[in-house]
Amino acid sequence: MMKGQEAAAGYATAGTLHGEPYVEDVVRAFVIATIFWGVAAFAVGVYIALQLAYPVLNLDLEWTTFGRLRPLHTSAAIFAFGGNALIGTSFYVVQRTCRVRLWGGSTPAWFVFWGYQFFIVLAALGYVLGITQSKEYAEPEWYADLWLALVWVVYFAIFLGTIVKRKEPHIYVANWFYLAFIITIAMLHIVNNIAMPVSLFGTKSYSAYAGVQDAMIQWWYGHNAVGFFLTAGFLGMMYYFIPKRAERPVYSYRLSIIHFWALIFIYIWAGPHHLHYTALPDWAQMLGMTFSVMLWMPSWGGMINGIMTLSGAWDKLRTDPGLRFSVTAVAFYGMSTFEGPVMSIRAVNGLSHYTDWTVGHVHSGALGWVAFITFGAIYFLVPALWKRREMYSTRLISWHFWISTLGIVLYITSMWVSGIMQGLMWRAYDSLGFLQYSFVETVAAMHPFYVVRALGGLLFLSGALIMVYNVWRTVRGKVEAAPVRAAPVAVGAAE
Amino acid sequence: MAFRHETIEKNVVLLAVLTLLTVSIGGLVQIIPLFTIETTIERVEGMRPYSPLELMGRNIYIREGCYVCHSQQIRPFKDEVERYGHYSLAAESMFDRPFQWGSKRTGPDLARVGGKYSNDWHVAHLIDPRAVVPESIMPSYAFLANRPLRYDDIVAHLETNRALGVPYTDEMIANAVADLRAQANPDADTTELLKRYPKAVVTNTTGDPNNITEMDALVAYLQMLGTLVQTTDLRLEDLRQ
Repeated sequence: MMKGQEAAAGYATAGTLHGEPYVEDVVRAFVIATIFWGVAAFAVGVYIALQLAYPVLNLDLEWTTFGRLRPLHTSAAIFAFGGNALIGTSFYVVQRTCRVRLWGGSTPAWFVFWGYQFFIVLAALGYVLGITQSKEYAEPEWYADLWLALVWVVYFAIFLGTIVKRKEPHIYVANWFYLAFIITIAMLHIVNNIAMPVSLFGTKSYSAYAGVQDAMIQWWYGHNAVGFFLTAGFLGMMYYFIPKRAERPVYSYRLSIIHFWALIFIYIWAGPHHLHYTALPDWAQMLGMTFSVMLWMPSWGGMINGIMTLSGAWDKLRTDPGLRFSVTAVAFYGMSTFEGPVMSIRAVNGLSHYTDWTVGHVHSGALGWVAFITFGAIYFLVPALWKRREMYSTRLISWHFWISTLGIVLYITSMWVSGIMQGLMWRAYDSLGFLQYSFVETVAAMHPFYVVRALGGLLFLSGALIMVYNVWRTVRGKVEAAPVRAAPVAVGAAE
Repeated sequence: MAFRHETIEKNVVLLAVLTLLTVSIGGLVQIIPLFTIETTIERVEGMRPYSPLELMGRNIYIREGCYVCHSQQIRPFKDEVERYGHYSLAAESMFDRPFQWGSKRTGPDLARVGGKYSNDWHVAHLIDPRAVVPESIMPSYAFLANRPLRYDDIVAHLETNRALGVPYTDEMIANAVADLRAQANPDADTTELLKRYPKAVVTNTTGDPNNITEMDALVAYLQMLGTLVQTTDLRLEDLRQ
């Protein structure tokens, strides 16, 4: 296997180059925001999980119903937690792999930081107050969408500008993924959110598209929010932090090229699998299914490249729980990108769609892949950015890892059982040829699984709180002038 | 001269342009034809724009995030057709901006809930779901019953929809306020309303035609869902997409 340019993973971590310091204060702010919003997203998730088990928790108040809090949870998880992690790490990674300071210095980067937090607060306030477009993962209304578009353009300019002035001849693979994420999200965001406000002084707007076309555009957006926000961007993270932490070059350079282009080409087609057996014409459903199944291959290309980077450094998994997070994340990525294509097959989807199976699938990706790869990056970044030798406690990282993993297992297994069970109950007939269950009987049957799911979420949240404590103690500790990380130990040359 | 990927790796503008091209293709192929192929939306009788009260009710449905737990899309499966009614047609959501097909059935599908229950049932259920369905896990929406419906900008709502292509006529826009009030008044003459909006259901939960609540609007919307197209009259050739 060629390991050429990917020795790039050996880039300096020093804070200065040619006397020009890297922009680090903004990245520190993004790391803190990631942790803050992560805890908020997990906490709201646990709360709404409990609402499904105990509806009294809706509190009979309009601001706290499941209908208004669910978008708060999904947006907090995807855009606040995931988004801050992506923007923050992309700023960190692009400077080091290009060996230059961020384009424009820290001022535009600070604008992106505060502009993005403002967007999050604007969107979140809207949800609680009932201001929503009702397009899943694109709920913010027109004024928030416009603001986000502006922030995103500045973000794109900084990222592109930094690569343009790079001191390295090659653009490192992590940056391809970050770039694809930034460009594609801009395209999806703009097209899906075109709407006409009722009044320039009001919040309400009507979508430019209606019915079946609107459904297609929404799920073209929705699935690729998964594909480019929650996948391509985080693959960028994987391509920097795993080689860095493992002190090994990326496994295969050629594989990274093939799976990059295949992934971004194929992902875009997968949207219609959210609309199987609906009024969307069959030809579109078939295209969506076919490409979703094909997507399995480039997804696993990324997984293989990430996991095999550990070749010759597997022993580090025993001693470095931060790396364990990153590698387990890639394993979860492999699992959910296998489950996804299976669920996109129409016959399977007929059973799984509209049930908790989908919810479980999303969470194996969101908790197992997105959150774990982010935790791995955070445990790398906090000592690096605050100039500490290492995290305050390795043991606590290990605790975080095992508690969260147990939480995910409880979450996804309970959702598999409840989802498949509900799907089967809906289509069950009794011996006389009548539908066997009324709808509400299938709701009642979900109760124990909703309790287990909430417990899984609670464990995951507890793990995150351990991380908060660990980060807090690390940041509070004494500043070290010395190199950021412990000197590399000799790596066994197993090939 | 052989192509080398290195060329792309050393030129960020090329990388960005090729990326944009690569990610554009799938969407273009799947989305554009839905606007150009005429049979995407079946040619069926009965579809009309939402009446002003229904439109306001629909906006409350959106505001409360009902779509989070209720789909409006019946799939062509035996059990779904028996449970909910005829499978959903593309035509039936042709005026839905945005669509409300949903993605999860924590509660039942609502695509054809119109006319299945009485107005009183809906009101009782929305105020206290567990009083009517003990195993329900739906939140209470009692606050809708006490809150006056805001409809001072109803004309702007209709005009915005018309600008986007919903066929509201001048007459419909001129009578928007009158139609809204008539649909919330059991004693009103609804001849004109029903001429413009066939099958509109009059809802008044307060007993006072001058006190129109958000509950009235939401129930008016729920009561028309899936009722516009007479599914028993459909012929196979009407449904071919």
